[in-house]
Amino acid sequence: MAKRDLITPQDFTVEEIDHLFTLADDIRKDRSRYAHACAGKKMATCFFEPSTRTRLSHETAMLNLGGSVMGFPDGGVTSATKGETVADTARVISCFADIMVIRHPREGAAMVAAHYASIPVINAGDGGHQHPTQTLTDLYTIRTLQGHLDNFTIGLCGDLKFGRTVHSLINALVRYPNVHFIFISPPELRVPDYITEMLNDMGIPYEEHIRLEDAISRLDILYMTRIQKERFFNEDDYVRLKNFYILDAEKMKMAKESCYVLHPLPRVNEIATEVDDDPRAAYFRQVQFGVYMRMALVLTLLNIHVPTEQ
Amino acid sequence: MLNVGKIEEGFVLDHIKAGKAMKIYHYLGLDKMDCPVAIIKNARSDVMGKKDILKVECDINTLNMDILAFVDRNITINVIKNGEIVEKRHVSLPKEIRGIIKCQNPRCISNTDTNLPHIFYLADEKKEIYRCRYCDERYEENDAEEII
Repeated sequence: MAKRDLITPQDFTVEEIDHLFTLADDIRKDRSRYAHACAGKKMATCFFEPSTRTRLSHETAMLNLGGSVMGFPDGGVTSATKGETVADTARVISCFADIMVIRHPREGAAMVAAHYASIPVINAGDGGHQHPTQTLTDLYTIRTLQGHLDNFTIGLCGDLKFGRTVHSLINALVRYPNVHFIFISPPELRVPDYITEMLNDMGIPYEEHIRLEDAISRLDILYMTRIQKERFFNEDDYVRLKNFYILDAEKMKMAKESCYVLHPLPRVNEIATEVDDDPRAAYFRQVQFGVYMRMALVLTLLNIHVPTEQ
Repeated sequence: MLNVGKIEEGFVLDHIKAGKAMKIYHYLGLDKMDCPVAIIKNARSDVMGKKDILKVECDINTLNMDILAFVDRNITINVIKNGEIVEKRHVSLPKEIRGIIKCQNPRCISNTDTNLPHIFYLADEKKEIYRCRYCDERYEENDAEEII
């Protein structure tokens, strides 16, 4: 059987994603039945760019499944500093582990790793390009909170240019019927042209706004993002844009009672802490859902089946 | 009218948009070949006003002509045998362009791991849009582009 990877959300069909979510639901119901499913298996978390949450979420998923984890949290300690290519790193890691999770600052690095690795590869973020496990987490969160992934309006707010979570999420949501997109960003951080071209070609409606207040009342899901310092070449641009959006209790008054707020985290100041106690603030639940979804993903990529409860 | 001698065996690329002949010359790797090549720039054309023409005396099968439509979809290829045109070919956009143009995205892995082939895929045939296989960056033609 050919090995499978997760490099972009499109690597899985809608049906396969449904299956993944059903499995995540089953894990959520009774985690103990999966506690030894990956006994004897090793996960390598290769983070050439630091990310505490994403790395620990994958490692927690593997540990919850009874597997082992190894890896590095920062590219500065690896052979990459000696000039080793991603292709060679992937070949080497394949000799050590059963599954590889890679985060890399270069766009396309995970695809290269998957091509050269003989084990399944999970893309945990490649530069500003894709972040599919966050996308699956986001989809699973939306599905769990509102019960469906079709017929709703989503507002994506903040850095829509460099925000890879946003690009991945849009690419995934266009496969579900009747999703209306509202993009809220400063002009400098607009969603890239290839995304709007795709939406135009597919006849999917979208709006672009600069002010959050102009759109918030119509949203079923508000997806906030951080203005990412590490994506800017110019410090002045970052300083100018970092306080562009701050979601506070006042703005939340304008949102629907059923509008959930998601955020891929970490947050800086774009969501005021006063919003955390609002029952519509779902970003910490989103983190927990991410662990269940990643457990389901690891089982699927390793082709490990745990009989579902009768 | 400028006269360039007939070729016996080879091909003529006609209806090239004026100014593009040198780009094609490099893309096809003709600069690295030993065969006779005539580059005609700004030739008069009833239909196009002016056009470029390339005459190449070598076996057409030794060259990868897929790139031609990427440069200019209106090019026609006249295959010459024994001094006569034996075939006229029209060009179509290649699904993939490999090892010819470079990704301009400074964050793309293909610009760090230099042993990787530069690959572009045809993302939109109607709009003639190519994107990098690794990072999805759209290929934009510019004067400073680097040819591999």
